[in-house]
Amino acid sequence: MSAAPLPQGGKGALELDGLTKRYGDERVVDAVSASIRPGEFFSLLGPSGSGKTTTLMMIAGFVVPDGGAIRVDDADLTRVPPQRRGLGMVFQNYAIFPHLNVFENVAFPLRARHVAEAELRVRVQAALELVRLQRFAERYARQLSGGQQQRVAIARAIVFHPSIVLMDEPLGALDKNLRYEMQVEIKDIQQRLGMTVVYVTHDQEEAMNMSDRIAIMNHGRIEQLGPPGEIYERPSNAFVARFLGEANLIEGTIERIADGQAELRTRDGVLLRAQVKRAAVGQAAALFVRPELLAFGAGAGNRVEGTVRRRSFLGSTIRTVVEVGPTTHLTIDLPNQGTGGGPGVGAHVTASWPVVHSQILLD
Amino acid sequence: MLALVFLVPLGWFFFHTLFIDTDPSDLWDQIASVLTSRAMLQAIVTTNWISLLVTATVLLMGYPIAYYLANHNGLRFTLVLFCIIVPYFTSIIVRTYSWMVLLGREGLINQALRHLGLIDTPLPLLYNQLSIVIGMTYVLLPYVVLTLFAAMKAIDRTLLLAARGMGASGPMIFWRVYLPLSRHGVISGALIVFILSIGFFITPALMGGPSDVMVAMLIERSVEITLDWAGAAVMSLFLLVVTLILYAIYYRVTDVRRLMGAT
Amino acid sequence: MACVLSMYVGLICLLLMAPIVIVVILAFSGANYLQFPPTSYSLHWFARFLGDPQWQGSLWYSLEIGIVACVVATVVGFFAAYAFVRRNIAGKKLLLSLLLLPIIVPTVITSIAMYFLSARLHLVGNLFWVGICHAVIALPVVLLILLSSLQGVDVNLERAALSLGASRTRLFLRVVVPLAAPGIISAALFAFLASFDELIIALFLTGVRAETLPVRIWNSLHMEIEPTIAAVSAFLIGVTALVLLIDGLLRGRRAATMKTQR
Repeated sequence: MSAAPLPQGGKGALELDGLTKRYGDERVVDAVSASIRPGEFFSLLGPSGSGKTTTLMMIAGFVVPDGGAIRVDDADLTRVPPQRRGLGMVFQNYAIFPHLNVFENVAFPLRARHVAEAELRVRVQAALELVRLQRFAERYARQLSGGQQQRVAIARAIVFHPSIVLMDEPLGALDKNLRYEMQVEIKDIQQRLGMTVVYVTHDQEEAMNMSDRIAIMNHGRIEQLGPPGEIYERPSNAFVARFLGEANLIEGTIERIADGQAELRTRDGVLLRAQVKRAAVGQAAALFVRPELLAFGAGAGNRVEGTVRRRSFLGSTIRTVVEVGPTTHLTIDLPNQGTGGGPGVGAHVTASWPVVHSQILLD
Repeated sequence: MLALVFLVPLGWFFFHTLFIDTDPSDLWDQIASVLTSRAMLQAIVTTNWISLLVTATVLLMGYPIAYYLANHNGLRFTLVLFCIIVPYFTSIIVRTYSWMVLLGREGLINQALRHLGLIDTPLPLLYNQLSIVIGMTYVLLPYVVLTLFAAMKAIDRTLLLAARGMGASGPMIFWRVYLPLSRHGVISGALIVFILSIGFFITPALMGGPSDVMVAMLIERSVEITLDWAGAAVMSLFLLVVTLILYAIYYRVTDVRRLMGAT
Repeated sequence: MACVLSMYVGLICLLLMAPIVIVVILAFSGANYLQFPPTSYSLHWFARFLGDPQWQGSLWYSLEIGIVACVVATVVGFFAAYAFVRRNIAGKKLLLSLLLLPIIVPTVITSIAMYFLSARLHLVGNLFWVGICHAVIALPVVLLILLSSLQGVDVNLERAALSLGASRTRLFLRVVVPLAAPGIISAALFAFLASFDELIIALFLTGVRAETLPVRIWNSLHMEIEPTIAAVSAFLIGVTALVLLIDGLLRGRRAATMKTQR
């Protein structure tokens, strides 16, 4: 019985073709397709229950898809058992073997591939040095902190030079500061080794910080796929807009469309202009604009007036909520310049923003 | 593949019992005559009587112990548990033997009583129904204690506190609240003990008198002594059917009750 | 009230342990008949036990059968428990209660059923066959222990091992078994004990040539209550106590290994 893993040395191109998984009547993953380039840091981002972990499990081989295919460097892996796929994997709860020390944990995949002892030693050392744990080789899992265990998991997942590494919310159990540090480390390792990474997370900051491209998932489907900047600035629908950071969504009806711009009449009767891709006059839509792109004062472009209802101090940002109509609230973010600036609660203000920063979004 | 490994031992039993039944030709007559024979009827009566006695005794004796276990922990808990578990795992023959040592005419209890001058002639403590009940109680006590313990552990403490808060006195709390709540444990325990005791063979054989014959003993005699395979088959089937019916009841009771206890 | 309860419990505990303790003490008595408390102490009953070729033969016989039963029950039980825990099998509850049947069905019945089959297959008295039949009886206990033990092994550890390229064999040998080791050893010990102490099946299946220890005791009891039996009983008690002790220690290790997994 040939149980050897597939040989490494591929480039690491991962193709997901219409992956589907059903549990009962529910489509947990619904026709998910993506072409992931070699060496790319690709994130699956979404709320819990969006199907991102299930998708990852299908790529790893622990869940059998009901439909669709998975291809790595043109080889169809859909029916291949997990131990022969040759993909690295890092779990949220680290999954460090408690009965083996750090060295043996990292050596595990090499032993499974019957690597000679001398070479094995060298490679394990190299991996440990990469994650800066070379002095911990004799320790056991219970003697390590969460962050250290995660680094062992990473070392173990890359020591056999897989072309693709899968990560399932690996930093979820760590506290905020450590998480940021680890994000940088992981990204650094990825770029040094040039491997493809598929990264599952529900933390949008994390995804935007690390990824070359992000696929936002909701209810089993990919809502939008693209580089962080593109998704952030030009979300394709309201869900994506709200999921990545704060979003202003002003509801109204489209009155006129011309030259890629539309005029939207809000519920409170104000007329605003925004970029538009595809819409029809008379359609109900929302105008989208990011809070940090709004300014106080009567500038060019869209202009509204209202009363300040709430001010929040968020550290590096001061967030103001302005009521511009009975049903419309605008959130405006100003950088904290140390001047305590910005209007106070109750003040009557004017806010404005360039038309090009706003978009029409249909649901 | 692995599922196969399950079915093999299972198939074992049913296969075997079917095998036995290849013998009798006029099934119904055989069955009737065996089942209504004097020996069998007598054995059934004896078995039921003794099993009921044992069940009652074991419940009465075991309830307080389970209660104790459920409400204490640490050293006391471990000690008491130890005293329950060691006999449970000791070979049944050793346990029966030890009681014979104690209860025999020249046995230790009689010796001690004689010594103390309390009696002149040895008490007939062995080879009667009393000794059977004692022996079986000894063997079956752990089952009841452990079952009751599990049930008692599941009782919600706060209910007792609430009752006290409403002004109920100690005994009243026990009778009206605790006892009914432990009801399903009692039923489960009783069922298990009864099921096990109707199948008992070694203890009554060794410690009972010539007239105290239980069904299992009859079966054994049919096979070993009279070589009446057909008879043994019929009796076995009867016992088996009764056992399985009771087991089915037990299975239902424990599951349904557990669901009820959860609400 | 609580005082009365404690006293009652204490009394019962004494009663529970008394017969066993008394037998052990008796085994060390120096007299030629049963006498309590013994006036003198000696090991001569043990010498009689271990020196008698027939008792010795029974001891070996019991040991051999015990080992067969232990190995068979543990291996079969392990794979069965693993399948139960890791795969989704329909009707788990029902299957589980069916698997517990060996304990419920009166041993007499299963014994003569086995005997009947064994006679047909000319396997009466065959050591391995008795061991296998004992394994069937021991299986429920083994299953219960292994089920709980395997449930404590984090499934992500197995997934990790697979993702790293381990074959199924390597997965079992290097990951699952070491992690479930305390449970496996406990199960094996109890399987051995179940066989070593077992009387009824052995009674029917061992034939005239050789007897297991419990069978020998049974046969001797019909003749006379001789103190050698006390020594043998004490020996059996000792084995039981040893198994319980080791299991108790292993329980501690089992809890510790489960704590380091998250």
